[in-house]
Amino acid sequence: MDLFEYQGKQYFARFDIPVSPGDVAYTVDEAVAAAEAAGYPVVVKAQVQVGGRGKAGGIKLADNADEVRLHAGNIIGMDIKGHLVKRVWVEHASDIVKEYYASYSLDRGAKKHLLMLSAEGGVEIESVAESNPDAIVLLHIDPVDGITLAVARDAAVRAKIDAEAVDGVAEMLVKLYDCFTRGDCDLAEINPLILRPDGGVHALDAKVSLDNNAGFRHPEWEEFRATEELDEREQLARTHDLQYIGLDGSVGIIANGAGLAMSTLDVVNQVGGAAANFLDIGGGANADMMTAALEVINSDQSVKSIFINIFGGITRGEEVAKGIVEALRRVELRAPIVIRLDGTNAEEGRSILANAGIPESKLISKPTMLEAARAAVALANGTN
Amino acid sequence: MAIFVNADTKVIVQGLTGGQGKYHGLRNQAYGTQIVGGVTPGKGGTDVAIPEGGSIPVFNSVAEAVAATGATASFISVPPKAASAAILEAAAAGIAFIVCITEGIPAQDEAKVFNTLLRDFPNTRLLGPNCPGIISPGKCNIGITAGEIAQLPTASGPNVGIVSRSGTLTYQALYELKQRGIGVSTCVGIGGDPVPGTNFIDCLKEFQADPETHAIIMIGEIGGSAEEEAAEFIKANVTKPMSAYIAGVTAPEGKKMGHAGAITSGGKGTAQGKIDALRAAGVKVGLNPTEAGDLMAEIIKGL
Repeated sequence: MDLFEYQGKQYFARFDIPVSPGDVAYTVDEAVAAAEAAGYPVVVKAQVQVGGRGKAGGIKLADNADEVRLHAGNIIGMDIKGHLVKRVWVEHASDIVKEYYASYSLDRGAKKHLLMLSAEGGVEIESVAESNPDAIVLLHIDPVDGITLAVARDAAVRAKIDAEAVDGVAEMLVKLYDCFTRGDCDLAEINPLILRPDGGVHALDAKVSLDNNAGFRHPEWEEFRATEELDEREQLARTHDLQYIGLDGSVGIIANGAGLAMSTLDVVNQVGGAAANFLDIGGGANADMMTAALEVINSDQSVKSIFINIFGGITRGEEVAKGIVEALRRVELRAPIVIRLDGTNAEEGRSILANAGIPESKLISKPTMLEAARAAVALANGTN
Repeated sequence: MAIFVNADTKVIVQGLTGGQGKYHGLRNQAYGTQIVGGVTPGKGGTDVAIPEGGSIPVFNSVAEAVAATGATASFISVPPKAASAAILEAAAAGIAFIVCITEGIPAQDEAKVFNTLLRDFPNTRLLGPNCPGIISPGKCNIGITAGEIAQLPTASGPNVGIVSRSGTLTYQALYELKQRGIGVSTCVGIGGDPVPGTNFIDCLKEFQADPETHAIIMIGEIGGSAEEEAAEFIKANVTKPMSAYIAGVTAPEGKKMGHAGAITSGGKGTAQGKIDALRAAGVKVGLNPTEAGDLMAEIIKGL
């Protein structure tokens, strides 16, 4: 789960990482109140999860209440690369001497944590990596040991952080690591991490991505979930606990297992179609799950055919078939189903479907993934 | 032969008295796997009845179970919050091969467990977490694979080894071979999480050395660089013929497709990059699982 900047800063603050004083605002009046509390001058920043906010006019400096009104009024409701700005973050504007970069993530290849630190912050780190790779210090950290202040200090020196900022940055790196590990982040990034004229350092931006698997030990994440921006179909799927991602095609997909679902997308694409979604129904393809999945797909107006691709491992074929028959009683579908049922007890499953009295205009059964994909695509494209 | 597990492997089930553990543990037992005990703290001294007759003893700790049964492998089926401790307990008790099917373990826990095993228990191999398990057909089945979809290997061969990062596609690969009557030496599901205990290379190394394995199928997914690293290894070390399939050619960038591991971003970890790397290493890559099966059938014909 990706956090907005303001949520990232609030999360940082829990781990004692210094951020600029500020508040989130949904209206112009709230923005002015936040500015008064933070103290002028302030920066009004659009809260969207996309890069290039500044260039799009989504970040503005304001010296007084009138200017806050003007800028907040313009920014709230603005469209930045397809993202609607619903809220702004208003914070006290900082005097900046230098901008650095710091982040922690998991290096899957090395299976260790990775610290990236650079004295060249405030720009996209990818561009620094291209133009001046030596300016980035990469340090692997063994998750068993963690990072010590001495190691962090050494990294700061090697990254050519200005001498007066080294101690502050080192302390910051230890706190950020604490946030990354104890806070269960997939990514914890500060860019820029600034040096102020008074010699202090703090986080001027926050990019935090949380590991959904760790949600069980973070009840406080509930407030972040409330602001996640999902389309209607994704919202519906979430309430049914289905793994769903909306796409642009016309063939609705239901499969059991993430790998098989991805593979189904591939095969549909290969035979000239396009998937309307990715939907992993998981191991328990029973009537309730199948009904929910079909409801989600049915709510998508662009779906012209539905491809159900089930491989029975633990999931037994006759249970899947019963699930579909039951689901068809509960949901009035707009599009025909093509099903491929293989694996454990598939024969039984197919005969249940064949004997359920469902007309062929509503349900077609095919023996292989490829044949089923062809049939589903033909229906979707109107070429059968 | 076979890799990692065979007919002599004695297995305990951590979580045998839980719903999932009991269901799969008994299925594995019915398949012919030597399930010699279960572990559930506080339930030591009880046992779990086998429907066909007999029972499996339950112990309070892995150490007790190992002392009483001589088990060398463990099947872990416990909830995410208990999984890390269960893995480390098994390793500390001297278990050499751990299969953890638990889905949803936090990435921070996984990374810590992996590095703890690496440092303190270098002789312990962890398969998973979040994997379907391992089956050496006719000999041993640990995990959630339905044994009947695996074709038995033949004494004279040729037999195929399977290694896969995705659960249902592991079954699909088994099924593709069964349809063609091709025997399987061992099928390993390494799981789709970011920090798998056992990776492609670990399995390829074993398959290359296993006299009963004559060819190898590899099933990969988008995300990470495990397939690219495997391709490098194959080029230098694997002489047995291989076919492969990579799921996610059409996956949109930056979206998570169900697995934490399956995410492409910034053009890295794409299916095409992986396919190119494998082809450059001499692997025949199919664009769907059936094609990978067809390619393997051709390979087998030529052996």
